[in-house]
Amino acid sequence: MSLRLSIDRISKSYDGNAVLDGCRFEFEAGKTYALIGSNGSGKSTFLRICALLEQPDKGAVRFFCGDAEQPHEIPLKRKITLVLPKTGVFNSSVFNNAAYGLKIRGIAGNEIKEKAARILKLVKLAGKSAQNAQTLSSGETQRLGIARAMVFEPEIIFLDEPTAFVDAESKGIIEELISKFKDRQRTVIIATHDLHQAERLDSQILSMTEGRLKLL
Amino acid sequence: MFEKAFALIFNTDHELFAIILLSLQVSLCALCLASIAGVPVGALTGLKKFRFRGGVVSLLNTFMGLPPVVVGLCVYLTLSRSGPLGFMSLLYTPSAMVIAQTILAFPIVASLTHSAVVGVDPVIKQAAKTLGASPLQESLTVVKEARYGITAAVIAALGRVMAEVGAILIVGGNIAGYTRVMTTTIALETDKGNFELALALGIILLAISLLINVVLHMVQRKGHFQDKK
Ligand SMILES: Nc1ncnc2c1ncn2[C@@H]1O[C@H](COP(=O)(O)OP(=O)(O)O)[C@@H](O)[C@H]1O
Ligand SMILES: [Mg+2]
Repeated sequence: MSLRLSIDRISKSYDGNAVLDGCRFEFEAGKTYALIGSNGSGKSTFLRICALLEQPDKGAVRFFCGDAEQPHEIPLKRKITLVLPKTGVFNSSVFNNAAYGLKIRGIAGNEIKEKAARILKLVKLAGKSAQNAQTLSSGETQRLGIARAMVFEPEIIFLDEPTAFVDAESKGIIEELISKFKDRQRTVIIATHDLHQAERLDSQILSMTEGRLKLL
Repeated sequence: MFEKAFALIFNTDHELFAIILLSLQVSLCALCLASIAGVPVGALTGLKKFRFRGGVVSLLNTFMGLPPVVVGLCVYLTLSRSGPLGFMSLLYTPSAMVIAQTILAFPIVASLTHSAVVGVDPVIKQAAKTLGASPLQESLTVVKEARYGITAAVIAALGRVMAEVGAILIVGGNIAGYTRVMTTTIALETDKGNFELALALGIILLAISLLINVVLHMVQRKGHFQDKK
């Protein structure tokens, strides 16, 4: 049974400035959504709240498996992930970065090796497995950030402008990976400024204006 | 004079060798104890918010500069026959020296570990969380990210205890063949006008300090590209 996300009239303000204001939406499982909106419109805030990194002031973020609402605890948190705009790579090898999510889930060593190697190949970093991740270029870092999140096959993935500062080649690799992920009936919610990208990913377009979401 | 000093070093004089060995034993023992206590304390004050956290951190910072003779005096009073721990008869033993050195090293390890943990980019913690880390795994990830800084903290503390003389002179008593270490011997022999032995030990101590600093520098450089991304 796949995981479904429901946003129920959430509001959030920072220092008295409302960023989200009664925002609501029912995400369908297995679909791709592109979140667009001007800078500062609240896309990142929305994604952080959806990914359970922050609490809304009002309203609720709910995850359902069938009809059963899932408590906001580790088992649920391990089925969702957010790719942050600033990756925050660990000071360790590229391989160890890719393996992190598997390691903390207590997965067996040989399975970790196999899965991490496969995902690194998909983002064209297989040749740099042993290199320290902090020496990668910005495009490679971004690719590693996505590989690191997809390696444990989350059911819902939130991506915060994953191709904002990368060249065309990295962009292509990242979009290809997202498409593969889509094909496996996973939910993708991606903040982007690129409408062509939204089209290429065959996504529904959601616009964030005045703290609310509107389906275009 | 220098020739005689070098002769002492290269002829591996037995007495000299025993003094160096005891120095290393006492310092490393104290360093181990201080690290076992200091790394967790420093990490916790860096990771968790609790009441009096600011107070604890300021206290550790202040204690980093504790005058060794004052520590020596306090340990002396505690261990002396009429003191609260007098029954253990530890005064004028290597154990007493280890205790004094541990007290001196602990705030250095704890305070510098705290700085190292606080210095880890907050995005690391967020990243760990988004990848499914439990609160404990999140904390361990941050501490692991600070590992070079923590190693530097331990090495810095070693530098301090190796060079220390005031506290161990008071609680160890500088007894020949028992509690006599490099620094106390240098002090004593210089006093006696016996410069060759003092100088020989001085050269060795300097070499050890240099080594410690080279290693410290290397560790710090290794941790450096941490700040890049
Ligand atoms: N942690 C924070 N503290 C204070 N203000 C914040 C914080 N996070 C976001 N904001 C503010 O909320 C607004 C929305 O920011 P954000 O969600 O990053 O927008 P977007 O991602 O659409 O560019 C901005 O005005 C920003 O300054
Ligand atoms: Mg943003």
